[in-house]
Amino acid sequence: MIPETAPVESPHDAEPPSGQPLLRVNGLTKHFPVRGGMLRPLAGTVRAVDDVSFEVRGGETLALVGESGCGKSTTGRLVLGLLRPTGGTVRYSGRDVTRMRGAELREHRRRMQIVFQDPFSSLDPRLNVGGIVGEGLAIHRMGTPSERRGRIAELLTLVGLSPRDAGRFPHQFSGGQRQRIGIARALATSPEFLVCDEPVSALDVSIQAQIINLLRDLQHERGLGYLFISHDLNLVRHIADRVCVMYLGEIVESAPTEDLFRDPRHPYTRALLAAVPRLDAHSRPPERVGLTGELPSPANPPEGCRFRPRCPRAVPESATARPALTEVAPGHTVAACPCFN
Amino acid sequence: MTERSATETDSAARAGGAVTEPPPSGAGEIPVETRGQATLRFVRTQKLGTAAGLFVVLLILLAAFAAVVAPFDPTEQNRNALLAAPGVGHWLGTDDLGRDLLSRIIHGARISLYVGTVTVVVSLSLGVLVGLVAGYIGGAVDGALQALIDAILSIPPIVLALFVASLLGPSISNVIVALTIVTAPRFARVARGEMQRVKSEDYIEAAVVLGASRARVMLRHGLPNMVPALTVVASLGFGNVIIAEAALSFLGIGPPPPQPSWGLMLSQGMMYFELAPWIVIFPGVAISLAVLSFNLFGDALRDFLDPKLVR
Repeated sequence: MIPETAPVESPHDAEPPSGQPLLRVNGLTKHFPVRGGMLRPLAGTVRAVDDVSFEVRGGETLALVGESGCGKSTTGRLVLGLLRPTGGTVRYSGRDVTRMRGAELREHRRRMQIVFQDPFSSLDPRLNVGGIVGEGLAIHRMGTPSERRGRIAELLTLVGLSPRDAGRFPHQFSGGQRQRIGIARALATSPEFLVCDEPVSALDVSIQAQIINLLRDLQHERGLGYLFISHDLNLVRHIADRVCVMYLGEIVESAPTEDLFRDPRHPYTRALLAAVPRLDAHSRPPERVGLTGELPSPANPPEGCRFRPRCPRAVPESATARPALTEVAPGHTVAACPCFN
Repeated sequence: MTERSATETDSAARAGGAVTEPPPSGAGEIPVETRGQATLRFVRTQKLGTAAGLFVVLLILLAAFAAVVAPFDPTEQNRNALLAAPGVGHWLGTDDLGRDLLSRIIHGARISLYVGTVTVVVSLSLGVLVGLVAGYIGGAVDGALQALIDAILSIPPIVLALFVASLLGPSISNVIVALTIVTAPRFARVARGEMQRVKSEDYIEAAVVLGASRARVMLRHGLPNMVPALTVVASLGFGNVIIAEAALSFLGIGPPPPQPSWGLMLSQGMMYFELAPWIVIFPGVAISLAVLSFNLFGDALRDFLDPKLVR
């Protein structure tokens, strides 16, 4: 399945076949057991991700938004095969990543990569930049040492650094530069898909735009698919093609970005959008939906609609059945809770 | 720290210092401390540690060039100068067989440092191997290895060393085996803790996503990042090994006579303590100074490497 391509690929070789989705996640579920001690081995389960499905095409950016602890990052790690799911499948180019083991999984890994949130924790302080960026090439034995050096120089130039930086160490760079190094590392093995886990939320606002533009340029050049995990809706509106809103481990609404921002259906999505600060004087201020209360524990989620305890419009019927995802407009699905139907 | 990374740091720092290039994301150059500057800072802030380090170097030089430095053969007996007091000719006096004490102490440093070096190197290798695996793989593997380590550590070290050494018979290599069994679990503990700390960093996850094997993650990312902690425990462990070797020799389970081990000199000299106290005092001082200097150096290194620890 995996093409044994030449080690140093030109950017355009990574273009995936358009049409069928690059990544197809179906019913993905991850429950973490909570250990209660020696005598009570299982105290409960945290339903971090519960029956989540989505697709990402080549060249497309799917944003996963939601509050802290809603399962966004866990979903990203499940997609990458860093965690074993409790249920569901992650199909990448038609192959189920969750069934891969050992050498097969390691070989597969060069095709999907991650960009981390914290540029300080994500680079090994003991390796120089050449070692960091070239690690994927070394692991997959791509090219001769001199070809690898050339490729590292090429990657550093691509992300806006100098090939001379290869001999320097992470602590010699600023946060934004470190994030560029992290992106160069992720691109080394010519992946077609990147999980961007809050890639700019640790950076200064002035640097954020540079990194976002870099990610966009790379996407245009190479047809990369992005799973973009974020809680910054302004950013998501700017970069994403489609948005999935997660709440307590579930996707409550999923739509093309413009649809979602123009016509949010789910009360939670509306509350999120209402909380976004805006500078645009011409647009009509959205209906103010305040959120009260704390995020419930995913170890003991509410029955029925999980958003019910905080929902401004909750009706008694919300408590009985878990709302099913229903298509309300082309490509726009919502967890159809009785409260807004 | 490896030789390679040292040269790379230096060349990187030179490149950063000599060439002015505009940083791409607009942030300023972050100053970097070269190895030489770091050493200077150590000397400036850790005066006692520097003195201790210099004494360690002196000890190593004495041991290395013992044959040249020592005025006499350490086993040569002089029947005309039995129990001679310290003075001209025999600076530290002679023992009951007329052997020059200074020469014996210098040659004794050789045994102490040899036992210390081999024990620390072997213990470190074993301990790091076990610690890396336990810390990174975790789960049942970690549980089993921890149980083994706890079992060894629950026995008082000198009793365990005594048991092993007496089982194997008195010789330098058996002392090393005994002390390694006692020391390695302590190093394993530190290595495990460090591996657990490193494991939580994102760069470990990045390596896994790149397809790195467990061995690669442990050796290429885990090990280099625990070097500072290991340097400190190795230095402190060295002092402990020297004192343990002296104790075993004192109890007669070390290198057999006439080898000039410090602990053995102490035990044999005891009989003549009232007649010729220098026979006991000088080897005792040698042990104390050697152990003290290793401990002070290790402490200074720990303080230096951990800026959070304010003294």
